[in-house]
Amino acid sequence: MSVNQESTGLVGRSMPRVEDAALLTGRGRYIDDLPTRRDTAHLAILRSPHAHAEIRSINASKALALDGVHAVITGDDVASLTRSLTVGVKANVECWPMARERVRYVGEPVALVVAETRYLAEDALDLIEVDYGVLPVVMDPKAALQDEAPLLHPSLGSNCISERSFRYGDPEKAFSEARHRIAVEISYPRNSCTPIETYGVIAEYDPGEDAYDVTANFQGPFSIHAVVALALKVPGNRMRLRTPPDSGGSFGVKQGVFVYAILAAVAARISGRPVKWIEDRLEHLMASVSATNRVTRLEAAVEPDGRVTALSWDQIEDCGAHLRAPEPATLYRMHGNMTGAYAISNLAIRNRVVLTNKTPTGLNRGFGGPQIYYPLERLMHRIADELGLDRLEVIRRNLVPSGAFPYRTASGALLDSGDYVAAFEAALKDGGFDDLVERRKRAREAGKLYGIGLAAAVEPSVSNMGYITTVLTPQERAKAGPKNGAQAVATIGIDPLGAVTVKVASVPQGQGHRTVLAQVVADRLGLPFEAVRVNTELDTGRDAWSIASGNYSSRFAAAVAGTARLAADRIRERLAAIAASQLNVEAAQVEFAGGRIFDRNNPDNSVSFNRVAASSHWAPGTLPDGIGHTIRETVFWTPEQLEAPTPVDGINSSLCHGFIFDFCGIEIDPATGAVRIDKYVTMHDCGRILHSGMVEGQVRGAFAQAVGAALFEEYAYGEDGSFLSGTLADYLMPTVMETPEPVILHYESPSPFTPLGAKGVGEGNCMSTPVCIANAIADATGASDITLPLSPGRIADLIFGEEKPSSNPQARKPAKARPGERQLTGEGSATVAASREAVWKMLLDPATLEAIIPGAHGVEKVSATHFRADVTLGVGPVKGRYRAEIKLSDMVEPEAVTLSGSTQGALGFGSGVGRITLTDADGKTVVGYRYEAGIGGKVASVGGRLLDGAARVVIGQFFQALARHAGGGSGGGGILARLKALLGGRS
Amino acid sequence: MPQLTARNRHRVAFRLNGRQVEALAENRMLLSDLLRHELGATGTHVGCEHGVCGACTIQVDGAPARACLILAAQIDGADVRTVEALAPQPGRLSVLQAAFREKHGLQCGFCTPGILMTLDAFLTTRPDASEAEIREHLSGHLCRCTGYATIVAAALAAVEELRKEQKENA
Repeated sequence: MSVNQESTGLVGRSMPRVEDAALLTGRGRYIDDLPTRRDTAHLAILRSPHAHAEIRSINASKALALDGVHAVITGDDVASLTRSLTVGVKANVECWPMARERVRYVGEPVALVVAETRYLAEDALDLIEVDYGVLPVVMDPKAALQDEAPLLHPSLGSNCISERSFRYGDPEKAFSEARHRIAVEISYPRNSCTPIETYGVIAEYDPGEDAYDVTANFQGPFSIHAVVALALKVPGNRMRLRTPPDSGGSFGVKQGVFVYAILAAVAARISGRPVKWIEDRLEHLMASVSATNRVTRLEAAVEPDGRVTALSWDQIEDCGAHLRAPEPATLYRMHGNMTGAYAISNLAIRNRVVLTNKTPTGLNRGFGGPQIYYPLERLMHRIADELGLDRLEVIRRNLVPSGAFPYRTASGALLDSGDYVAAFEAALKDGGFDDLVERRKRAREAGKLYGIGLAAAVEPSVSNMGYITTVLTPQERAKAGPKNGAQAVATIGIDPLGAVTVKVASVPQGQGHRTVLAQVVADRLGLPFEAVRVNTELDTGRDAWSIASGNYSSRFAAAVAGTARLAADRIRERLAAIAASQLNVEAAQVEFAGGRIFDRNNPDNSVSFNRVAASSHWAPGTLPDGIGHTIRETVFWTPEQLEAPTPVDGINSSLCHGFIFDFCGIEIDPATGAVRIDKYVTMHDCGRILHSGMVEGQVRGAFAQAVGAALFEEYAYGEDGSFLSGTLADYLMPTVMETPEPVILHYESPSPFTPLGAKGVGEGNCMSTPVCIANAIADATGASDITLPLSPGRIADLIFGEEKPSSNPQARKPAKARPGERQLTGEGSATVAASREAVWKMLLDPATLEAIIPGAHGVEKVSATHFRADVTLGVGPVKGRYRAEIKLSDMVEPEAVTLSGSTQGALGFGSGVGRITLTDADGKTVVGYRYEAGIGGKVASVGGRLLDGAARVVIGQFFQALARHAGGGSGGGGILARLKALLGGRS
Repeated sequence: MPQLTARNRHRVAFRLNGRQVEALAENRMLLSDLLRHELGATGTHVGCEHGVCGACTIQVDGAPARACLILAAQIDGADVRTVEALAPQPGRLSVLQAAFREKHGLQCGFCTPGILMTLDAFLTTRPDASEAEIREHLSGHLCRCTGYATIVAAALAAVEELRKEQKENA
């Protein structure tokens, strides 16, 4: 199939973007900038501080009593107006947009407050009292599969919500005949492409029509619209979903806002007014969506020359606490290309999807790519090393051979076009690979740690909406009916003055779709670039759209821009016929250029575009027969190659497959463990390039995010399930200082399956770059097990081995200091100028406790050994109110008592046990204490770095206050303190 | 600066982009909220509300500052500039803005206003800034779309253009 080259040539040029003037002058219209109705109220969300707990009760009476609060809404309230979310696998499980009865991850919504302002709504959150019964957590996907693991969803009977095994070709035979079997085991961490703009929703409910109207910075896929409408129990035409004109980045992540669209819609219904919610940064990091973390064992059957004859994948995918639509899509998006850029005809795959006490996962740039290319390309590196082969040679030998395209992979993908070997060779040559090898040699000679990494990948784009059904068995699929295709849509309208407007359902998130569409359509209609206006706002109540609409799977250039071209073709054909009748020539003779339509053989015989274009409005009766009109043309396009999964589970999961080959040189500072990317070369074959500036922008942007994933970024959790990356000072995105400029190379093999020959390019480096950097680190350090992110601490472990415990441990140090765990221990003593009996009485007296517990407001005696108090405590800048429960046990009057306490508040929770001993010392008493405490919730997410010190201060304050209260000296008993105590006397 | 008392709203008067404005602000109201939601100056964006991302950067008395780390009441009497003030007139872009468009220094544009305000303040005082200095000033901003290369290129192009203009005016 040939690809038409444009005559006027706007396409392919790096035009200035039509989007930019507004964005550069502060006139963008992002969700939080949109006008709202005057009676709009604001939503704030109470979120779980626990990773796993029963909700015993929720008391909202104080919150409701606050002036300006319109409603407090619980999970049961939401459930009464909604249906459990559709789950993409057959499983006996409910999936609610907020917690009911049980919380399953830190940050899970527990209650909603609707109030006059956001400030008031957040005040009200602090007044909601939730009684939690904490449950054991399971954080690790492998541990979640153990029989004794805590169950997240008892109805499932297991934490494994889906398991399927696949075989293609004859993997058993290939493995049994293979000379070598080489395997890698990888734990790919959790991270996210985290846009700078957070989620936002504005929702209204019209009770007269039982209809919802929601504006959200949702990015698609609009298959999710069906999930939202089903959840809200209305037909799709009563769930109007609109997107704002501008979005502050998404990278897949804003797919996850749909859950909040449902919550805000219900909140609007219950409170009887429009409701607006803008997510804050802590909410976003903690509870928006994350990419999946995955544990993979990948084994290859290998010939002595490095040729791979079979692959066997065992993947354990961690989707967090709920399987939210469209998951487990991350696991299946790459199903057709699990053999990467290689010709490997035997393939076995075992896929398990598990649930753990983490945030539910969703779309993220690269979607499923980093999780497979990390093991696959680490494996290729290992094959070369174990067999003593050249690493380049192992890649070269296994690449899909030139001339084999379109190439059907073992699991069913149809690799549309390319010449991987030629692109690979061009990258080595044009990217200066030999020089890099020389550079490494010189660096190593100078005693430096220097490594080179390689990675080859196939970048899929334009997802088949049917790929996710590969998770179902062929029998289940047969019962449910086939799912396939990917409808793209574009509308071209012509107004009564002949001006052209293009409307698409691509929901751009900053990529510049309006610019590219103006180029494509202006070229086709012979108009100046400025003459075509493009509108990319989507309104499901008015616009043409389908389930594949939206901005994901890098589908814009390949599918949407191509569909706009098809619409322009149709309009052009009819305009040509109208013009031909006016010019008295054959339609085939008509050309479009410079805003005029003319006879190719006699350009003076011409008519203005506008005049011809407007004639359908002003003089429809003059149009030639059979032309209809040229007022509006809407084209839906779905490629025939996107077929439903075959009965033997073959699936062409994506329409287009770009090719990437990356190599890089990195240098490690042995003193600090810091990694410097010395050179990075990335070769892309993304088919035909429509706008070189935007293609390079996509490559650089994905590359920067991948540098973050490789070196810095991780959504870290403590062993108790606390979320530990709640600020941008904890979740470290690369700045300009950490982001080198890659050398970008291109090899253009137009796709035969797309109207413009273009393929997607936006996600590739998120797939190839993390493993390319990891391979370079492996080359530099000689390490074989490399785990991301490669923080300086991890690098130091690779160079020096893991840090050993100090040979001179200090008693005050935590017994075990695992990263992320907020376990505190400590001990100390204070001398009190009172008898043991007097001190003993104080410990049992509420008035004394009130005076000595730091920040206590009112201590209530529940029983002789049980006290309850309200406490205000500050950790760094974060001050919060907590409810404390204090219990006394193991009492040996007047010698020793165990004090166990727990605190719970909007900012988090803590619990601890302290053993207090009273020793007589010449009429005074030495109060000795030893404690263990743990802290979690919001304070652990945002204040982790300050927490240990702050907790020690608070605990120390308690005992010093006890000493002071008894008229004794403080902790160390300095002279001044003793003097004060003497002067102060007994209270 | 007025005395702050709980639950009171204070009259805050300051210059915003060359015009005198007045608003009522609760003690705890952030300047970013005052600008965006009370005064409608939505060009200043909020990305993290803890001072790391830099999207809300404005100029207070000529120096770049995070609007999310300033209480509205603190701004009384100050001279504040936001991204809305950069263009010389409607339909025209400043040298810096034009360089961003030319070099594709933005994609989604959410972090851009903050970056422009930092660079505008910096280039005003250091019209001959080096690439290393520009990078250092940009390091207080997070951009998730561009990978920064085109932002640096835009800033350097603006320096070049400003230098040319200066020569012509000299």
